[in-house]
Amino acid sequence: MLEKRNYTAAELLTILSARQLSDGQVVFAGVGIPLLAATLAQRLRCPGLTILFEGGVIGAFIEPGKLPPSTNDQRCTKRANMVLGSAEVLLLLQRGYVDVGFMSGAQVDQYGNLNSSFIGDPLRPKIRLPGTGGGNDIASLAQMIVAMKHEKRRFVEHVDFITSPGYLHGRDTRRKSGLLAGGTFRVVTDLAVFGFEDEKRRMQVISLNPGVTRERLQDNTGFALDFAPHLGVTEPPTDQELDLLRELDPDRLYTG
Amino acid sequence: MVETEGKSIGTPSYLELRQELLRRDRSLRDKVVSLEDATSFVRDGDSVGIGGSTMSRTPMGMIWALIRAGRKRLTCSRSIVSSDGDLLLASGTCDHIVTSWFSQGILWGVSKVMRHYVETGKARYDEWSHMAMGMRFRAGAMGVPFMPIRSMLGSDVQKQRPEAIEIHCPFTGEKLLLVPALNPDVALIHVQRCDAYGNAQIDGLQFMDIDLAMAANKVILTTERIVSNDQIRRAPDRTKIPFFAVDAVVELPFGCAPHECYGAYEPMLRHMEEYVTLVNGDPVKGMQQYMDRFVYGPKSWSEFLALIGIEQLLEAARAGESIYDA
Repeated sequence: MLEKRNYTAAELLTILSARQLSDGQVVFAGVGIPLLAATLAQRLRCPGLTILFEGGVIGAFIEPGKLPPSTNDQRCTKRANMVLGSAEVLLLLQRGYVDVGFMSGAQVDQYGNLNSSFIGDPLRPKIRLPGTGGGNDIASLAQMIVAMKHEKRRFVEHVDFITSPGYLHGRDTRRKSGLLAGGTFRVVTDLAVFGFEDEKRRMQVISLNPGVTRERLQDNTGFALDFAPHLGVTEPPTDQELDLLRELDPDRLYTG
Repeated sequence: MVETEGKSIGTPSYLELRQELLRRDRSLRDKVVSLEDATSFVRDGDSVGIGGSTMSRTPMGMIWALIRAGRKRLTCSRSIVSSDGDLLLASGTCDHIVTSWFSQGILWGVSKVMRHYVETGKARYDEWSHMAMGMRFRAGAMGVPFMPIRSMLGSDVQKQRPEAIEIHCPFTGEKLLLVPALNPDVALIHVQRCDAYGNAQIDGLQFMDIDLAMAANKVILTTERIVSNDQIRRAPDRTKIPFFAVDAVVELPFGCAPHECYGAYEPMLRHMEEYVTLVNGDPVKGMQQYMDRFVYGPKSWSEFLALIGIEQLLEAARAGESIYDA
């Protein structure tokens, strides 16, 4: 195709997130973009990817156009390998069976901490958000990939409330708090892909998305950005990725 | 009650827990009652554990009946709370929710009803991680006062819950969080089928229902269908809750409507859409309108189902049963 195809920010985000996964991994996914990304990876490159849902499902295999409205609906179990209790599936995280946790939040900060509980002062919140669900468990016990829309009000120096821990306050604060495994591995947005620097455990840009400049990225971020020494440029979505994604979510429930 | 630094955390002593159980009639007896009569098993101020999760196997019919019976000041705990929580708060039935996530559903963003009651301080929402909720019911079911977990540590979710206690493991020295047992006064659980004694079979996703049933001091089952004890005995491996943990059985077809019941019906999403649009438009007047029409208006659960409409019920049932298609 000669002409450049248009895609939405949510589509880009989903496709870039899917590229972070590899075959054979066990992935704990929430509904929405995380599930779409995991399913996209599973169908394109990673047939041996195992998706877990906190509703109690091992080996979910989502049918195109039949996205479940939550991770607790019967649609999540179609063609799965096993159904089990919610506590049992969450305990797989604690036992160490899960390679990657895949989630989103209302705010993320420089240390990869996520907030999905309160906007403003938690004691007198401007907005009471739904809360952690399994987010805190996933973030505490597995390597975490965060997928979210890039907006200044969402990318903040310190989240208003640490619902799901990244590296807490940087350096070894995560380990010292008793979280011995896991940590935020990647943050994927519609503008860039981020990793975490080894010592300070602070977020750094590892790759800019097509057409995004350093200045534009900084203008949309609520803290001073560090850039990796060998800054990459993200490959744009391929036709194959876009076609399959649109087949999975034909009603644009999550990718509109 | 056990005191921790002067504050009661609601964890009963072991003998109190055993006493509660001894007071129940655990014999093999017919426990079938009407939906209205089942409400007498819940008293004002009780701690109520709710089965299912989000929009799945929610005991909506039982919750609907408790609201109509005018129960007050309930503390309700559930793995994940959906529109059931909206109804419980807006009707004044419950003023305290204990859960890991509370909104109508991912599809609809943040519940304005939850926001209204929690942000104005009219109701309390205690947030725990999903696994912590599971381990609290598990400890309750095991007859131990707490379970150790490795999540919540270091987060603000932990800071908000002083009733969870951080320790150094006596074996490894590692930090652990002890989450207190949750033994609700009553559990409300909806199942696909059970017999008159309360031997209950759950198809598909179990969520935390088995721990919840064994942790609670009373269990009210609602069921799509009451089957014979002979039928239960033909496949005892499918029985998930034993009769001696059950105090009342109510036959209630479509007892999760407008939520789903695995293998029987999917959520009635058009009804849910209309509900969400109405109540998120105005969490006070919208809820009042909804409750007048759908909770207080109908004479019976069947009349409520008729208001949802035969089209939606059939559509939901067709989708629900399709889970067993090849």
